[in-house]
Amino acid sequence: MKTSASRRVKTSASRRAFVLCNTILLAGISVLCLLPLAHILAISLSDKASVAAGYVNFWPRNLTMASYSYVMAKKEFWQSIAVSVKRIILGGGLSVAVTVLTAYPLSKPYRQFRRRTAYVWFFVVTMLFNGGIIPTYMLVRQLGLIDSIWALVLPPAVQVFNIVLLLNFYREIPAALEEAALIDGAGHWKIWRRIYVPLSVPAIATVTLFTLVGHWNEWFGGLIYMNRLENYPLQTYLQSVVVQTSLAQMSTGSIAEMTNRLLVSDRTFKAAQIFIGALPVLCFYPFLQKYFVKGITLGGVKG
Amino acid sequence: MKATALQAKKRKSETVFHVMLLPAVVFCLIFSYVPLGGLVIAFQKFKPAKGLFGPQDWIGMGNFRYLLEMPNTVNVLRNTLVISLWKMVLGILVPLAVALLINEVANTRFKRSVQTIIFMPYFLSWIILSGIFIQMLSPADGLANQFIGLFGAEPIFFLGDNRWFQGTVIATDVWKTFGFNTIVFFAAITSIDPCLYESAKIDGAGRMRQCLSITIPCIMGTIVLLGVLSMGNILNAGFDQIFNMYSPIVYETGDILDTFVYRLGIREAQYGVAAAVGFFKSIISTLFISASYFMAYKFADYRIF
Repeated sequence: MKTSASRRVKTSASRRAFVLCNTILLAGISVLCLLPLAHILAISLSDKASVAAGYVNFWPRNLTMASYSYVMAKKEFWQSIAVSVKRIILGGGLSVAVTVLTAYPLSKPYRQFRRRTAYVWFFVVTMLFNGGIIPTYMLVRQLGLIDSIWALVLPPAVQVFNIVLLLNFYREIPAALEEAALIDGAGHWKIWRRIYVPLSVPAIATVTLFTLVGHWNEWFGGLIYMNRLENYPLQTYLQSVVVQTSLAQMSTGSIAEMTNRLLVSDRTFKAAQIFIGALPVLCFYPFLQKYFVKGITLGGVKG
Repeated sequence: MKATALQAKKRKSETVFHVMLLPAVVFCLIFSYVPLGGLVIAFQKFKPAKGLFGPQDWIGMGNFRYLLEMPNTVNVLRNTLVISLWKMVLGILVPLAVALLINEVANTRFKRSVQTIIFMPYFLSWIILSGIFIQMLSPADGLANQFIGLFGAEPIFFLGDNRWFQGTVIATDVWKTFGFNTIVFFAAITSIDPCLYESAKIDGAGRMRQCLSITIPCIMGTIVLLGVLSMGNILNAGFDQIFNMYSPIVYETGDILDTFVYRLGIREAQYGVAAAVGFFKSIISTLFISASYFMAYKFADYRIF
């Protein structure tokens, strides 16, 4: 009796040690996820001299907004944001509309829609296999979409993953609602618009967020379909001014400095642009996260 | 009587479903099936002026033969496999470990904050992240090398040294994506029946025993599923990431199939050869994807729809 009591105390002591280590470890991992962003923010807010001397780690030194005002003064930067906003509105709107509509017939059981399985396969095949970049590029070129916003809007319009996610949600809606509406003489368009869409708002929100973040982050389409810089969306613009130039410097060993500026260097200027590019996702992320988690557990992986 | 009338109406109503599917079908035909058919470029001496499906010169396996004779083809294939396999393995093990650790936390608030934070890098594009990493990993004034310098070690050129490039790419990819699978694993863990833990406790099982004998076996289905599904990506070593982190000095260890196709096809305009690489990739991926979905169906009872 006595031994078992003392043993319980002992395990709880080792348990407490474990909990402490575990907490420190997890806190460390979380910090590790934030550090790169903190570093880039600190650089963007510091002056050129402190950054060059290596004084800036995670806290800005000689706080200045000079890099940001330098970015804001660039016409190309604003142009690229305008292109991004345009593609998000057009591309996101189109894609979500198509998804919400397409999932409806596919959510019907076989006895109601006999061609359903054939259609689902038709879509799923495109999720698994694609022609790759060369034929797609040739197609877009032949359709005359080079340097047109539609090259960024039309090809990704059908997102099969989102359709599957939403059709699984539609299936949970009780069929009795539909039957009642059918008896009352409503057609499927009306049932879709008046019953399924209003009842699926949380799932539609998830799909919308996936689509918007996808469009905001996409850059490769801009790179290959747009010839002129003024047609680049923000991420493509950042790729060309931040990543490409850095990689080029890495190979040649030269360091580009903006000597005509007192406070802004190549590094602080790039850091400011990077941070602005990350900002929308960072601002919305805490509110969106629960929708994303719901989305993953809802449609993606059902164990 | 009423039932048959309803059934007749239902049958008639199938037309409306076809109409609803029309927009998506049209988009898919144009932007997915046409490029899929466009893979015939791989067997042509493709001239863009004559157009996709135009009167091109057919050269049979010529493009493939040309590829086999290129000195770096084997190298590119090896890089692709090495990078994607490491990403695959660590992309399961790291999230699994983190999910198990999070599960041991009692404080709900801390638990939720950790999940929120580690999931965040997943949503930032590789443009943003490689911009950050290029600065942090720079040999001259990057943060990582300042830290290494504290211990008196020589600076490491993470992105410009063939000994370090693959490791850097794999580590930063795990950093960006581990939050996603952690959330999936954690969701699986929270759905385990608490009664199992109760009875194990009565039987005298400690925390470690419970983890090994209850938690891991209960989420084995999810582990197998994620592992199997990631097999379909065997030839996707991460174009977005590598394209934005590599440079000619690390082509030897960093060039993968997708970056190779991009340079051949878009930059050098050797469309036929690039499409041949794409064709090869499609064939291999098809095999792996079919096998992985079959296995997912068999072992984890998973269906995509």
